[in-house]
Amino acid sequence: MNLSRFALTALRRDWRSGELRLIGIAILIAVACLTSVAFFTDRVKRATELQASELLAADLVLVSSKQIDEIYIEQASKLNLRYSRNESFRSVVLKDERLELAEVKAVDGRYPIRGRLRVADTLFGAESATDNVPEPGAVWLDSRLLQSLQAEPGDRIGLGAATLRITKILTYEPDRGGDLFNIAPRLLMNRADLPASKLLLPGSRAQYRLLLGGEGARLAQYQQAIKNIDNPHLRVDSIRDARPEIRTALERAEQFLGLAALVSVALAGLAIAMSAGRYAGRHYDHCAILRCLGLKQRQITRLYLLQLLMLALLFSLPGCALGYLAQEGLNRLLAGMITESLPRPSLFPVITGLAAGLVAVLAFALPQLSRLARVPPLRVLRRDLAPLPLNNYLIYTLGAGALLLLSPWQSGSFRLTLYTLAGLLLTALVLAGAARLMLCLLQYLQPGLRGAARHGLASLTRRGSQSVAQIIGLGIGVTVMLLLTLIRTDLLEGWQDRLPPQTPNYFLINIQPDQVEDLRALLSGTLGREIKLYPMIRGRLTHINERRLDPEVFADPRARRLAAREFNLSYADRLQADNALVSGRWWGTDAADNKYFSVEEGIAETLGIKQGDSLRYSIGGQALTAEVLNLRQVEWDSFNVNFFVVANTEAMRGYPGAFISSFYLPAAERSLLIRLVRQFPSVTILDVDALLKQVRVIMEQVVRAVEFVFIFTLLTGGAVLFAALQTTHDQRAREAALMSALGARRKQILAGLTAEFLCLGLLTGLLSALAASAIALILAEYVFNIDAVINPAIWLIAPLSCCCIIVLAGLLGTRQALSSSPVTVLRRL
Amino acid sequence: MNSTPIVRAEGLQKQVVSPEGALTILNNINLSIQRGQSLAIVGVSGSGKSTLLGLLAGLDRPSAGRVWLNGADLYSLDEDGRAAIRSRTVGFVFQSFQLLPGLTALENTALPLELAGHKNARELATERLAEVGLKARLSHYPNQLSGGEQQRVAIARAFAGYPAILFADEPTGNLDQNTAGRIIDLLFRMNQEHGTTLVMVTHDEAIADHCERRVVIAGGELAGAVA
Repeated sequence: MNLSRFALTALRRDWRSGELRLIGIAILIAVACLTSVAFFTDRVKRATELQASELLAADLVLVSSKQIDEIYIEQASKLNLRYSRNESFRSVVLKDERLELAEVKAVDGRYPIRGRLRVADTLFGAESATDNVPEPGAVWLDSRLLQSLQAEPGDRIGLGAATLRITKILTYEPDRGGDLFNIAPRLLMNRADLPASKLLLPGSRAQYRLLLGGEGARLAQYQQAIKNIDNPHLRVDSIRDARPEIRTALERAEQFLGLAALVSVALAGLAIAMSAGRYAGRHYDHCAILRCLGLKQRQITRLYLLQLLMLALLFSLPGCALGYLAQEGLNRLLAGMITESLPRPSLFPVITGLAAGLVAVLAFALPQLSRLARVPPLRVLRRDLAPLPLNNYLIYTLGAGALLLLSPWQSGSFRLTLYTLAGLLLTALVLAGAARLMLCLLQYLQPGLRGAARHGLASLTRRGSQSVAQIIGLGIGVTVMLLLTLIRTDLLEGWQDRLPPQTPNYFLINIQPDQVEDLRALLSGTLGREIKLYPMIRGRLTHINERRLDPEVFADPRARRLAAREFNLSYADRLQADNALVSGRWWGTDAADNKYFSVEEGIAETLGIKQGDSLRYSIGGQALTAEVLNLRQVEWDSFNVNFFVVANTEAMRGYPGAFISSFYLPAAERSLLIRLVRQFPSVTILDVDALLKQVRVIMEQVVRAVEFVFIFTLLTGGAVLFAALQTTHDQRAREAALMSALGARRKQILAGLTAEFLCLGLLTGLLSALAASAIALILAEYVFNIDAVINPAIWLIAPLSCCCIIVLAGLLGTRQALSSSPVTVLRRL
Repeated sequence: MNSTPIVRAEGLQKQVVSPEGALTILNNINLSIQRGQSLAIVGVSGSGKSTLLGLLAGLDRPSAGRVWLNGADLYSLDEDGRAAIRSRTVGFVFQSFQLLPGLTALENTALPLELAGHKNARELATERLAEVGLKARLSHYPNQLSGGEQQRVAIARAFAGYPAILFADEPTGNLDQNTAGRIIDLLFRMNQEHGTTLVMVTHDEAIADHCERRVVIAGGELAGAVA
């Protein structure tokens, strides 16, 4: 027989009879959710990357230690990419008798490709954005260089063979990247003045940059085109190499969105599995007849597989369209919030949405439908015969496998997927255990009750395993909904609170040891709070475990750069409050006689440093060797002073160094900076306010995006609730019809059902509140590293809303059965 | 006429495990049914009639013994092998009709033909439905038909693929006396017209009288047979 045609006919018949509607809707929501998340994530990622590319002043940067060949520029022109060239090098700047080493950047008129420069007319005066660069003959100096040269706008400075006039103070330059404290103060000049300055001669040490901007696909094409050019002096920087503060924010954004997408898929899967379970249950008779009429087991499997694929395709396509429309709506909602307009999404989400929909449907529905092939044909004579119950491990393994398969598309992280799966599984287990316990308690309660309450509770306890499965389904749905509504706000606010209004916006560097006390007194006196100053000593890592460190052995360019440069080291007796140990212990009284290092986990991983290793630093020509006693986690986006490597005080005694501090200064109190410059002329002030604002903007966008994505997760949660209530619908309707046939009045049946649904709602609500609180605490602690405060209202809101929703939905669901005659219901079921 | 029996059972036994230990439902059943014969299996409720029917039709597995159906040793085959035999050789009529609720009368009747790969399944099904007097009910769903009409659709379906043998399990159990009489007449008329072997389980003596042969089953054993 032609199985495909038969499957199509069967699909049409099943659809006509309403059997497939629930499973179809579950697929529709799942795919709509998947694709909208994928579309939206795609667009937001592109937009956020666009925003973040401001930190490179471009979308892509080529950096070279030699002049950049024309071929790179020709290629850029060919692909219609915007480009700008600049050179940066160190040079001495002369003003009267003062000499200062500056980091000079010579730019052309197209700089920057992304972002804008900001300038001020006076030191610490009001700043404004500009689209210009210094005119030929003019230079812009940052406040730090201006302070050390004791110059002001209008003065002339000597730079190589040229004399140039200071016209503005440079307050912000988008690609100032790298380590704020490692580079000399900035001087921005026009490239046209370079020949006259005679500073860049063949063999001069300089960095040549080509900044590129354009559409993603063309940039990718460009990268592909230049990949084959052999150039050992050239490296390509993308936004991933931008500031670590932004990188952390972006990574966290991806985590939030990924989590939302994953939970949506898992929930949709659960809804599909439950709907498919019910569908399968209602097709036992059908399959028994088919078996009886001669259909083979594998033909039945193929028949339902075909039906499932057809159904998946049939609902995935409108699901994709719905997903596209939904994210388009969001684009309008957020117009101008993220950027002027979100970039167009790629078509990739359609493919991934369709594929993910199919995978999810097959993984979650197929195990349920596979039971149909095992329906014994003898069921035509004995209706009590049913296939053996499905092995739950098989369902969970297949579902988990599907989610893992989808994770690279949805969350981009296997670790996050494993966490989510483990969380869901644990939640299911806890819900199952607690539900069983509560049902046992209810059994003891029953004899003391009368009337409808007794009948309702009896229905719940009689169904035993089925009630437990229902509570798990409802519980997971409600738990996720609670996490998304009540706790989401706490989590997101907790994240934003990491950059509270008082986040430091100024850094002081080059503080000499003899200035520490006076400076602390000035700052504390003016700001009215204790300001911490941290020692900072520069040193180069030379040996790991007595083996000389050769930067060239590292394959990772970042590791090569880190190994080649000088580190800022510090020393402390106590662990800094915003740091956390990830391995080892902090030093105690033994620190008086020993030398120890504490290393930040990220850099330790990059350079291959482990706890217990011995590191040797060269500090001002002297060697310092110490053991790595612990690895630390540092919150780089906190804007507090932090160090990759910290030693115990004793180890650093006698090494030359300076101090550093950071503090928050409201705009109205900027006069303090002038006093600081006057009283401590050698101390340099760094303004990071602009950078801070940028990080805040990105965080806000991410929160908005995540909240939107959560709406879909909420919808899938709703589908799970609906599917869970449907699982026992037939049985409930049959019982109601039987009771009605036995003479029970409609009011009595309704009262019994209400008592049952109320009890189910109460159990689900309480257990979900418990699960949601526990998950929120775990997420806050281990995934987002934030302090979570759980709203106590959850204990009231969850049971109340569960009771309302479940009673209402449950009664609505059985309404048709109650209004039909008992014979009709019994015949139908 | 071919003298090889169409159905032969040898030492057939069926045991199930119950909380009280192994329970024997059928014990040492030996039975032969000739091609074209009509046989009634009679006995009281719980005597094992339906279990025997299930075993003879290859719907269940015996604890011991063998069954040959149309020459094939049923229980040396796997489940799919038995399904293939059912598809080619067997028709069924059940007490509870067992029509698929989502299918019309025509679709229900055409189903075994479609399964067997008949190209003109719908035409043949229409003919069968006409034979049972339901030509005007082709597009009706089972819940739009009376009990008698549903059983007539089931009979049309059972004869649709020209089966060599028809198994009927209490075909009138759910019908009133008048309707039951008409259904039995129809069943025997069709049986004669198609030359089918009929094996029918019933506890109704009057219906059993229509059959050429009767076996009585009591306590899981063949208690007596009337040729």
